[in-house]
Amino acid sequence: MTALLEIRDLKAEIAGKQILNGYDLTVKAGEVHAIMGPNGSGKSTLSYVLSGRPGYKITEGQALLAGADLSQMSVDERAAAGLFLAFQYPLEVPGVATMTFLRAALNAQRKKRGEEEMSSPDLIKRVKELAKILDMDMEMLRRPVNVGFSGGEKKRAETLQMMLLEPKLCILDETDSGLDIDALKVVSNGVNQLRSKDRGIVVITHYQRLLDYITPDVVHVQSAGRIVRTGGKELALELEETGYARYQSEAA
Amino acid sequence: MGNAPTTRKLTDAEARLAEIFAMQQSDGAPQLAKLRTAAFDAFSKTGLPNRRDEAWKYTDLRALLRDVKPLAAPPEDSAKESARSAAVLEGVAARRLVFVGGYFVPELSDLGDLEAGLSVVSLSEALAKGDAGTTAQIGNVGEVDDPAFALNTAFMGEGVVIRVGAGVCVDRPIQLVFVAGAQPATYFLRSLVIVEKGARATLIESFEGETAQEYHVNAATEIVLEEGASLERLKISREGAAAMHVSTFVASLAADAQLSDFGFNLGGAVLRNQSFININGQGAHAGLRGANILKGKEHADATLFLDHAAERSESKALFKSVLDDSSQAVFQGKILVRPGAQKTDARMMARTLLLSEGAQANCKPELEIFADDVQCAHGSTVGALDENLIFYLMARGIPQAEAQSLLTEAFVGEVIDVVANRSLREALTGLVSERLRTR
Repeated sequence: MTALLEIRDLKAEIAGKQILNGYDLTVKAGEVHAIMGPNGSGKSTLSYVLSGRPGYKITEGQALLAGADLSQMSVDERAAAGLFLAFQYPLEVPGVATMTFLRAALNAQRKKRGEEEMSSPDLIKRVKELAKILDMDMEMLRRPVNVGFSGGEKKRAETLQMMLLEPKLCILDETDSGLDIDALKVVSNGVNQLRSKDRGIVVITHYQRLLDYITPDVVHVQSAGRIVRTGGKELALELEETGYARYQSEAA
Repeated sequence: MGNAPTTRKLTDAEARLAEIFAMQQSDGAPQLAKLRTAAFDAFSKTGLPNRRDEAWKYTDLRALLRDVKPLAAPPEDSAKESARSAAVLEGVAARRLVFVGGYFVPELSDLGDLEAGLSVVSLSEALAKGDAGTTAQIGNVGEVDDPAFALNTAFMGEGVVIRVGAGVCVDRPIQLVFVAGAQPATYFLRSLVIVEKGARATLIESFEGETAQEYHVNAATEIVLEEGASLERLKISREGAAAMHVSTFVASLAADAQLSDFGFNLGGAVLRNQSFININGQGAHAGLRGANILKGKEHADATLFLDHAAERSESKALFKSVLDDSSQAVFQGKILVRPGAQKTDARMMARTLLLSEGAQANCKPELEIFADDVQCAHGSTVGALDENLIFYLMARGIPQAEAQSLLTEAFVGEVIDVVANRSLREALTGLVSERLRTR
């Protein structure tokens, strides 16, 4: 069976500076992987390379989503193919109503996949359901995308988008940063609802805390642009004890 | 009339204008003939404005106007018929007054059941009748020393005279629809709107042209807002691809009057909108907003002159341009605060979004302040769409072109959001979105 995400010896650079140095990672459907690592180890870079952010260039190796070469796809094509990146810092989009944004995103993806578009009443109904799960006020969703939202509200909004779009592979980039404990629980609950045998989830985080709520099947340690150790969920607890120092010196 | 002989050789267009003026027949009261002659004399002193005239620095009318198209002949029935659906604003139940090829078309216009206190008369009728109010006020709303406006006064042919009686609130928007004829022609359109004490109205001026032929529009609207009067005015220009459109807006505001003006330029080879706003009464408020959405080689020039002559008055100007291909936008704004106009609050902002490397924006603000207790500010920005926002939208599956148009609509939206009339706001959003999607 084809892995959902297959990264083979991936090297990538930004402005001529190599950040990923031979990255290998395989995520199968149904699995939740955590990638942990010190600041500056290239965790966010990985998420941007996979989603296709301009300026991030693959120089060697491959990244495949369900067997399809991501480097051959535009950013929106990757999203329609089922890749979702929950941003560490979700952007504010002044002047674009949240509903307009959600409708445009969902229906563009559906159209590209040859599926029928969702009607406005169905969309509103679905968004209301999700807002309830994420403890969000519908009033917030009448505002422009993320405008005036607190850090926690932005992460809830990201999670709502993810739940609405039902991607095959979710990448959560430091979703726990800027969240208080209540918001962390709510967001984790949303993510856990997305766990399914058909979907893969990659949780990128600096701290073990988030993994108390989203239990990973596999934990990786990333350092200096590649994975240096892989283990079970107990690895996260070990890291909490020992810190990242030994991995940084190993990589150096 | 000190008609000083000019040493400069007249351009072909100037010579032709003089010929046409000499042949023009008298059409009303003797004062009117005097007004026209004085205006043409004033025009003759300077001739067509060119780039050495500061106010016309970026729109050299003398170079642009190579010849004068003939004054329009009355429209044919087919032209009238096709104007029936022109400039219809979806969802807006406006009272339409339709002009085709510079002529008023009563059968396409809605003059029935006028609200009590509202009077609407075509300009030609008002002038022919020698209506004293019209003759006294036309050309006298503000002191405007400008050659294009002088030409309009000399040649003004058709338009409307609207009077909203004291205390009358006219909810139904009044829409003037000016549709260009199929043949090359010159149109001189002129309207006068008087909103009496405490009265309120909404005025829409739509300019449309389907033809690819070159035609010239010289339009002017004079508005008098008496004490406590309030007017929302929208001007929407969707002229033909080769059209040249020069428009003058003159307003005078008495105490506590409120003017909310919007100009949308959605097509035309050359579009010049000049506004002369005279704030003569205490506590008056003028909001002036505009948006240009240009492509190809289109050129739009917004030139504002805000004259604050009374205490505690406010003006807010916000102009936005979205420029594609090698289009050009000009914003010139001058704020004058006269001695004694204390507590004036005047703000002016021009923002430009460049969608192409070949597009160009020229912004020139000017402040002249002769009072010491005022707040005045101006600013301008020129930039491209935020790449990070485009990435964010695309990462959600929205294709690049759609992401760009969503963000561009949002940019223009800031202007539309201020339109008070909801159905108008929605119709405008539709027009802007349609225009952006035909990039």
